[in-house]
Amino acid sequence: MAIRQGLLALLSRGPRYGYQLRAEFEASTGATWPLNIGQVYTTLSRLERDGLVAPGEQDDQGRVVYTITEAGRAEMARWFGTPVAQADRPRDELVIKLAMAVTAGADVRPIIQAQRTATMGTLQRLTRARRANAEDPAQRLVLDSMIFQAEAEQRWLDHCEAVLAASPQTQERQA
Amino acid sequence: MSFDPVVRLADVGRVHGDGPGAVTALSEVNLAVGAGELVAVMGPSGSGKSTLLNVAGGLDRPTSGDVVVEDVSLTRLPAGELAALRRRHVGYVFQDLNLIPSLTALENVTLPRELDGIRFRDARRQALEVLAEVGLAEVADRFPDEISGGQRQRVAIARALAGERRLILADEPTGALDTPTGDEILQLLRARCDAGAAVLLVTHEPRYAAWADRVVFLRDGRVADTAAAPMESAR
Repeated sequence: MAIRQGLLALLSRGPRYGYQLRAEFEASTGATWPLNIGQVYTTLSRLERDGLVAPGEQDDQGRVVYTITEAGRAEMARWFGTPVAQADRPRDELVIKLAMAVTAGADVRPIIQAQRTATMGTLQRLTRARRANAEDPAQRLVLDSMIFQAEAEQRWLDHCEAVLAASPQTQERQA
Repeated sequence: MSFDPVVRLADVGRVHGDGPGAVTALSEVNLAVGAGELVAVMGPSGSGKSTLLNVAGGLDRPTSGDVVVEDVSLTRLPAGELAALRRRHVGYVFQDLNLIPSLTALENVTLPRELDGIRFRDARRQALEVLAEVGLAEVADRFPDEISGGQRQRVAIARALAGERRLILADEPTGALDTPTGDEILQLLRARCDAGAAVLLVTHEPRYAAWADRVVFLRDGRVADTAAAPMESAR
């Protein structure tokens, strides 16, 4: 998971307390990836175990400042330099649903239309959120990414509809 | 807030030709766009999107049903009055910019206002104001081939916005622009909308349709579905 590397990236700008890391992580990702403070401290202790960060002395309120190590900077550079693999996508349910609907001989058009309306609603919400967060470049890029993904889904739905309309197999079933 | 429809389509149909060769472009379309509202129309090629826009703006007449703009029914309006109403109330933005290459940006925006019978000084002042609104005050004296594609499209939008037109009709206004430039165009249309205009936008790009308050999906000339954004922002 990218929480490790994300915290290293934040620490590369200077030493931070745990609660600061949590706030900055959420600000950078447009609150699309909320972290709880427990996750932050668990991750920090693993990073410390692996020699990627070093804790300072406790202050009088019991807080500890963490500093990135040379090994931590190398790990961050490796992360930035490595492309992300196309992992399992959570949207697979939609792909499976449409494939199963075609196989089962159901009328796929209303399924596509309902999904298109729902995805457009998501896209409208994201677009509004981006207009409201236009100044912060990190948040903007995160929202842009989600907008492009929703847009890709819309295009794919249009594509499915066109392919099914042209397919003699589905036309027979709907006749 | 009461709904103040700037344009209303009631049971609108548009059939081209007659007899066995007749082609139905629109049927039983009901749609109202209120002041401050941005409505996007999506649909595959040939679904009737552009016909809908042309009928809404009085560039084409329905073969059944009624179109009402600013409380005036267009259906039986004589051609001269229809043209006057279009000039007074309706601004058009098309994909083909139709800027006149031998005129500066300012002159391109001023000329149609002069043709509407507005005094040169007033037309020029309005044009300068609207060019400033779209962020082009600095390039007002340049010719179309001396500015970028995005700037040219903004000139075309300024031309559509000049005067006090409350109905803006935009047919694929983002054309072949890259996405940040296309987003800027939507930002302009949205701002005019938030200032009280009604905007009807035809687009095949979901990312631009998503700026709308409502998205209407057309299929074979009929409204297949409508997606409405929640009233509150997603913050």
